[in-house]
Amino acid sequence: MRAGILRSPSPLPGFGLSFGIIMAILSIVVLLPIGALLGRGLMIGPADLWSMVNSRRIWSALALSFRAALVASLFNLVFGLLLAWVLVRYRFWGRRFIDAAVDLPFALPTAVAGIALTALYAPNGPFGQALAPLGIRVAYTEAGIWVALVFIGLPFVVRTVQPVIEQLEPDLEEASATLGARRPYTLRRVVLPTLTPALLTGFALCLARSVGEYGSVIFIAGNIPNVTEIAPLLIVIRLEEYNYDAAAAIGIAMLLISFAMLLAINAIQVWSRRRIGLV
Amino acid sequence: MSVVPLSRPVPVTTEPRPTRHLLIGLAVGFVALFLFAPLVTVFAEALRQGWVASVQALASPDARSAIRLTLIVAAITVPLNAVFGIAAAWAITKFDFRGKAFLITLIDLPFSVSPVVAGLALILLVGANSSFGAWLAANDLKIVFAFPGIVLATMFVTFPFVARELIPVMVEQGRAEEEAALTLGASGWRSFFTVTLPNIRWALLYGVLLCNARAMGEFGAVAVVSGKIRGETTTMPIMIEMLYNEYLSVAAFSLAAVLALLALLTLLLKSLLEWRHADLLAATRRH
Repeated sequence: MRAGILRSPSPLPGFGLSFGIIMAILSIVVLLPIGALLGRGLMIGPADLWSMVNSRRIWSALALSFRAALVASLFNLVFGLLLAWVLVRYRFWGRRFIDAAVDLPFALPTAVAGIALTALYAPNGPFGQALAPLGIRVAYTEAGIWVALVFIGLPFVVRTVQPVIEQLEPDLEEASATLGARRPYTLRRVVLPTLTPALLTGFALCLARSVGEYGSVIFIAGNIPNVTEIAPLLIVIRLEEYNYDAAAAIGIAMLLISFAMLLAINAIQVWSRRRIGLV
Repeated sequence: MSVVPLSRPVPVTTEPRPTRHLLIGLAVGFVALFLFAPLVTVFAEALRQGWVASVQALASPDARSAIRLTLIVAAITVPLNAVFGIAAAWAITKFDFRGKAFLITLIDLPFSVSPVVAGLALILLVGANSSFGAWLAANDLKIVFAFPGIVLATMFVTFPFVARELIPVMVEQGRAEEEAALTLGASGWRSFFTVTLPNIRWALLYGVLLCNARAMGEFGAVAVVSGKIRGETTTMPIMIEMLYNEYLSVAAFSLAAVLALLALLTLLLKSLLEWRHADLLAATRRH
């Protein structure tokens, strides 16, 4: 029996085989490409990398991607909580239907969502025409990017918070009510703190996905440099110009943002496990 | 035990009735505006010039080759990711080894990397400008702007889907049943096929379903590596973009409607699985 230092002994077979499959596919599909991107960055060198990223157009694109993701995630935080609460706590006609529909953004390809939202919000589309008299333009402005990212990110918050609401014991809310708390006070001081870690996790997942989103955004954004041009699109443009170094520089900047958010998500989960043992 | 005064039905563990109705109204309104409206638009735009125009658009050689390519890509990536997911879940849940948490983080990595960055990374690895890519080109192997690149890009973005569904389920089921099978003399493969696989089949199907939906619909990563050669490297989402940019709205939305129907089918099967086999699926439904 091979009981190495790295692995505690187990009677079950197949560790070598399964571990071999994981490492082979993981390396080919994920690690080697990511390594190639980082390696390219090392070859370019930090000074040149910085000078390539440090232009107004790239900063605007990175700031826009992050800002729009933040706006959409905050919006989804509120409406995701509302949806999760309504779906778990209330019984109404069509509840299961709405519950199933929440996953639509996961199932619908982003390009399909992108052209559909553009058709809706374009100046001659039904929503665009309805909003025009109010002086609101959505398609081909930053608001269009928000709408697309709200669509993409909604399920992350709902599906993270929903199981936690399902597991909430009614005892706590009853105790709070027995002690004389009014309902809004109970919600604010008893229910909301329990949901906070799940809300934060959902928010972070939504943010991570939105920052890098491409398919649903490029159709509705209008893609005007410095105004509505998102960072992933800038990578595509650089690649089409065969400017691989510049594309790699933006890619590395985005990868660092992803790593930071991955760390944040893990930190939230460690913190919440320590705090209340949920999520 | 307790006497509830009938005249004063103060809600204790729920909200007052008007508040409830308001919240339900808001939630349904939100879903209608943000989810249903785009979905309805896809079909309305596809049928704008009637059924015939829509079907004709789908029967064009370009559309047919896009549909074929998408099906082939999914037929390759989904089984590979299923094998990977099973292997990953087996190693992670049945054994204790150092660096397990790090391995799980690596498996989750594609979730937080932009699809465009994934495509870019692939190009830097095997594109013509890299040393490895130059070697491949010298040996007449095309990966980027060709079919293998599309498969690799799709595998990257769908990588964690099956593993993510299987790991929580297999953690919950523990190791005792497999150990018992081995004690009774079953071989490793036999215990896998007669004990493990039946336990995880619904979770596996669930993961495969989600993986397939993403594989057929992936746009960003594939757009970067496909090169967009008509009839050769255009998957359905890429073809939709090309048609849309050429102002061929009906054709673009007709292809989009096919993908939307597929999404609806995915949701239907997913909901059926959740209602029927909720106990055998992962406790956390994060995606």
